[in-house]
Amino acid sequence: MKMIYLDHAATTATDPEVLEAMLPYFHEHYGNPSSIYSMSRVSKNAIENAREIVANALGANPKEIVFTSSGSECDNFAIKGVALAKQQKGNHIITSSIEHHAVLYTCKFLEKNGFTVTYLPIDQDGIVKLDELEKAITPQTILITVMHANNEIGTIQPIRQIGEIARKNGITFHTDAVQTFGHIPVNVDNLNVDILSISGHKFYGPKGVGALYIRKGIKITPLIHGGDQERRRRASTENVPGIIGLGKAVEIAGKVMKSEAIRQTKLRDEFIRAILDNIDDARLNGHPSLRLPNNVNISFEGIEGESILLNLDIERIAASTGSACSSSSLEPSHVLLSIGLTHEFAHGSVRFSLGKQTTKDELDYVVEALPGIVKKLRAMSPLYKK
Amino acid sequence: MEPYSEKVMDHFRNPRNVGEIENPDGVGHVGNPMCGDVMEMYIKVKDNVIVDAKFKTFGCGAAIATSSMATELVIGKTIDEARQITNKVVAEALDGLPPVKMHCSNLAEEALEAAIKDYHQKQKKN
Ligand SMILES: Cc1ncc(COP(=O)(O)O)c(C=O)c1O
Ligand code: FES
Repeated sequence: MKMIYLDHAATTATDPEVLEAMLPYFHEHYGNPSSIYSMSRVSKNAIENAREIVANALGANPKEIVFTSSGSECDNFAIKGVALAKQQKGNHIITSSIEHHAVLYTCKFLEKNGFTVTYLPIDQDGIVKLDELEKAITPQTILITVMHANNEIGTIQPIRQIGEIARKNGITFHTDAVQTFGHIPVNVDNLNVDILSISGHKFYGPKGVGALYIRKGIKITPLIHGGDQERRRRASTENVPGIIGLGKAVEIAGKVMKSEAIRQTKLRDEFIRAILDNIDDARLNGHPSLRLPNNVNISFEGIEGESILLNLDIERIAASTGSACSSSSLEPSHVLLSIGLTHEFAHGSVRFSLGKQTTKDELDYVVEALPGIVKKLRAMSPLYKK
Repeated sequence: MEPYSEKVMDHFRNPRNVGEIENPDGVGHVGNPMCGDVMEMYIKVKDNVIVDAKFKTFGCGAAIATSSMATELVIGKTIDEARQITNKVVAEALDGLPPVKMHCSNLAEEALEAAIKDYHQKQKKN
């Protein structure tokens, strides 16, 4: 039987059309975009074309787009770059307690290097408290960074309002849109953002390529020094095939995003309902409606996440606990603890993330397999006494 | 993370001796401070020999497999022999554990230790 892949928030399969668009740039048009001869112009033009596609999708100017190696690099670049560029002005950064580690650990790193960071609390649905944000702002605040949607529980943040508050106070605002871009509308002016991170592999593009939107006039120090590429904001010979692939993935997303979001939201809600109807003492984590169309995160009382995943794997179902990157860490997810779950409940959570290929039949299969798995694990749990 | 061995997956898939023992001669209830996982071990002792052992575990795959293996290893052993069953012995019997999962096997050793201690305390009282 085929694997039922429900871990699209971790990564997606590269769309065959994307792959096809990339291939010639490995061996045919392999010229270094910075070189002078005509062969290089092909790759140079292709990069600029991709830049335009990304810019258009975001409602930005192509000059405001910098290609990077990943979502993680985008987050590091945005945060460290603004911190360094504005350190004369202040040393205070505001973020949320449920950011991806690429943001959280970058902030922790800056804390060890003379910056102070406020980690905003969130409510039980995972939404940042705006009044806490206003209270946290000081004359020293140089950057606010709050993610567009959370990778674990899928909650979508009030980015537009946060951006308004940032702008009113003259503070640079960055958002990590890695989980939203290509899935729901992301427009930099609607969202009032100054800097925004995206990553190719989360929406059927290749791994190892990202793009950072940097609004004109925003001060930022480069992370990678060297050559003159990317208007001197990021040195290194461009990952031409990757960038072409990213552009193609954005182009495809533009065509299918709307219908996919509707389709997946419907599947998502039916799936959540079916799980909660069939299994006692389970709860949905995250906001019921302000959530990514593809995100389902459920906690099962009295049992532990990894043992659920291993059992799902035996049934050929791929899901994850919290974020894939922390699946070997022992701590329960910082996101689930932040929304107020007990240690045990946080330990017993599973994230199913849907994708373009996900069908109703696949989800029905999971709904059938789950109760048995939960029952078996609960029977051997000393914490479940019902 | 490294994948689990076949033996670990076998014990995870079909855990031996799951459950509780009514009127046990010893019970050990321990938690893993590293991850918050929990294990209970029940033993039945006759003439200084562990004649039955059962467990309940809230934990990862490694925790469940080591619990299962530990109960298999102790059944039929004298109390003194059972004391020699360390987490390493359990892990080896499972053809090893991924390094990040070695701490999970402590749970089985400690639960067994606690069950034996409880047995001794009950003996003293009688
Ligand atoms: C919200 C969020 N930010 C950043 C990243 C990192 O992206 P990348 O894997 O491209 O470094 C991810 C995915 O892992 C993510 O979900
Ligand atoms: S992670 Fe807790 S016992 Fe293995």
